[in-house]
Amino acid sequence: MIDRAALRRRRSRERAFIYAGRACIFCAAAFLFFLAGSVGMQGWRGFLHSSVRVDVFLDPAVVGEEGEKSALSYRRLVRKALLAEFSDASGRLEKKYVRGIAGGGAGSALREAVQKHSFRIGGTVSVWLPAGAVAESYFKGAADEEALRAQLVPEAHIARLRALAESGRTRTEFNAGFFTRADSRNAETAGIGGALLGSFYTLLLTFAVSFPLGVSAALYLEMFAPRGRRWRRWLDLAEININNLAAVPSVIFGLLGLAVFLNIFNMPRSSPLVGGLVLSLMTLPTVIISSRAALKGVPPSLLSAAMSLGATRMQGVFHHVLPAAMPGVLTGAIIGMAQALGETAPLLMIGMVAFIADAPSGLADAATALPVQIFLWADSPERGFGERTAAAVLVLLGFLIAMNAAAVLLRRKMEVKW
Amino acid sequence: MAFLWLLLLAGGAYAAAANRSPAEAPSPAAAYGGYAAAAALIGGGAIMAAFAVLAAGDAPFWAAALLWAAAGIPAAAAVMHARRMGFARRRARAGFEHLALWVLAAAAAAATAATAGIIFAVAAESARFFQLVPASEFFFGTAWSPQIAIREDQAGASGAFGILPVLSGTLLITAVAMAVAVPAGLVIAVYLSEFSAPKTRARIKPLLEMLAGVPTIVYGFFAVATLSPLLRGLAEELGASMAGESALAAGLVMGVMLIPFVASLSEDALFAVPDSLRQGALGLGSTRYETAFYVAAPAAAPGIAAGLLLALSRALGETMIVVMAAGISAVLTVNPLEAVTTVTVQIVTLLTGDQEFDDPKTLAAFALGLSLFCITLALNLLALRVVRRYHQTYD
Repeated sequence: MIDRAALRRRRSRERAFIYAGRACIFCAAAFLFFLAGSVGMQGWRGFLHSSVRVDVFLDPAVVGEEGEKSALSYRRLVRKALLAEFSDASGRLEKKYVRGIAGGGAGSALREAVQKHSFRIGGTVSVWLPAGAVAESYFKGAADEEALRAQLVPEAHIARLRALAESGRTRTEFNAGFFTRADSRNAETAGIGGALLGSFYTLLLTFAVSFPLGVSAALYLEMFAPRGRRWRRWLDLAEININNLAAVPSVIFGLLGLAVFLNIFNMPRSSPLVGGLVLSLMTLPTVIISSRAALKGVPPSLLSAAMSLGATRMQGVFHHVLPAAMPGVLTGAIIGMAQALGETAPLLMIGMVAFIADAPSGLADAATALPVQIFLWADSPERGFGERTAAAVLVLLGFLIAMNAAAVLLRRKMEVKW
Repeated sequence: MAFLWLLLLAGGAYAAAANRSPAEAPSPAAAYGGYAAAAALIGGGAIMAAFAVLAAGDAPFWAAALLWAAAGIPAAAAVMHARRMGFARRRARAGFEHLALWVLAAAAAAATAATAGIIFAVAAESARFFQLVPASEFFFGTAWSPQIAIREDQAGASGAFGILPVLSGTLLITAVAMAVAVPAGLVIAVYLSEFSAPKTRARIKPLLEMLAGVPTIVYGFFAVATLSPLLRGLAEELGASMAGESALAAGLVMGVMLIPFVASLSEDALFAVPDSLRQGALGLGSTRYETAFYVAAPAAAPGIAAGLLLALSRALGETMIVVMAAGISAVLTVNPLEAVTTVTVQIVTLLTGDQEFDDPKTLAAFALGLSLFCITLALNLLALRVVRRYHQTYD
């Protein structure tokens, strides 16, 4: 006897669950695309910058007979030139906007151009200068006229910007300086170059510490640790410890760095040195756990064969087992490094969150890291930082995707089925 | 100078070790000497480099003298070791391997010592905090405003250090996150391990790995820049008022962050259930749904429970999402539309900027850190116990 109704009920339940499972996976995928899409939409303009062509009179009274004065003096020239061109601007507010057509980096850009092309001081030159935040957002198309009106930009100024754009005196191109310059108070001149370098130094130290230490620890625990009953307790303790360390919140590592490395050992604040040490403690369990798994995956017959041919245990492990486990070990190390690259919280506490306008030149220099730079910019209320924050997020995601793809490739290419 | 001293040590070690090794030893004397010299160079160099980094040059004379003596310790130890090896007529290889074994063991010990370092660092500063603020006030106080007035007569002159409102905010956001992550993660895990074809699984796994690989700062940025305004608009449409930094936005994003974590841990647990169990159930006429939920899932329950505990501990300790998307002021509330603060947010806000280590404001962060560490440690150990205690081996 078949209870058809019950069977139908049981099958429909199954079908419902399958739909639920697919829906959940679809939602997760949709979220990922939504996240990537929204950051991409906000961020792609951050890789562009706009410049505007301005005719500037190189006044020797302002920049000196040889043009030797600082970028600040050149900035004054630019402002003067803009005010002279748009002499119809009246009132403080409008004048402020007119001066702001050229951005904060315009002075140094003009100075560089003068020195590069050896323009004659006392003459008038026509140069491309970086646009200021409001003007740039309009030229790039990030904000249309409606958006500018919503930001309470005067109507006369919008008309001026429109005229500039229509007369072909603006151009928008790839912002190479975004990748080379360090942080700045001006969104137009701010770049992630300093943060990238800081991240690089930090990761270098993290790798140099956590990889040898982690692999050595894994080798000992997996291959050499005494297996007697007396030692079981200690090995258990070590294992619990390492597993637990992997689950300790990252802020706690920041507290450790602050209390031990900065306060007791007096290491330099804000430096990649401290950041790298803290992050290497964080990645250590990842490296150890994945290395142990990789070592466990190598069949013991390999070691036995080596030892039966007269190799010592150490020779067998270092010449045969470790090379065979290397793909897994390296995969774990890359994933650990990717985690370290995206980690922010512990770095905030050891002072890597400061505003640093120079790229670091060594491990002990004050520096910031890419995710911390994102955090800083995301907090910044100034116009123009929004899209650059999103652009920096895109760069960070790009690095992470590259690293994870490398790990996947490594696993596929070099993995041996025993 | 330091380099010359190291070279001198290495040379001395070489001579002493090579000289002392007996003539009938199977390896040439140079092997002993080379090994001792290498030990002297590497060990002494490491000690000196560590000192140079830590003290940055301006050390008093006695410290420098002590350091130079300390740099000699590895050399002396290596010579003694070589002598013992030599007299025991072991080969230099055995001596080297003995040393290498010790290096490996030291690495394992160092990894284990990190936890001890954390406990020591956090507990020491917390002890100083509890000298300034009584523990009863910290653990049972219902007000949290760590601002200490600079002048005596200022309003709100004494800071309040009650952890309860901070803890309640943490739990609120965690609850929202777990409400998202647990159902979604479990459904995905069961679907992938019990229903989907291997090909589908191979395609979906990278998606989850990508979701897991997104750094929390990106989730935080997304919560602030995209989700919060969206939710706020939605709430206003529905006629509810919502704070700009709400527990809901932070919790939702954190929940999504935890989905791959829950899914992969639960799937691992389900994967460990032997196929013979499933085949037995299917052979008796169960549907796949019944096999999954009445056979496979109960067998994997300890592993799944442990995974959920680990996810909970991660949600409690998650920092960047809440720093960016949750608030700073501590409010006792269960309304997810309001802005609440969390333990991690407080730690970060108290410790960014300049710190003075005699100020209860700074030390409070360490007390918060200690509480957080103890909670997550307890959860992690509990997860481990659940797995060990209820783990069944099938064969």
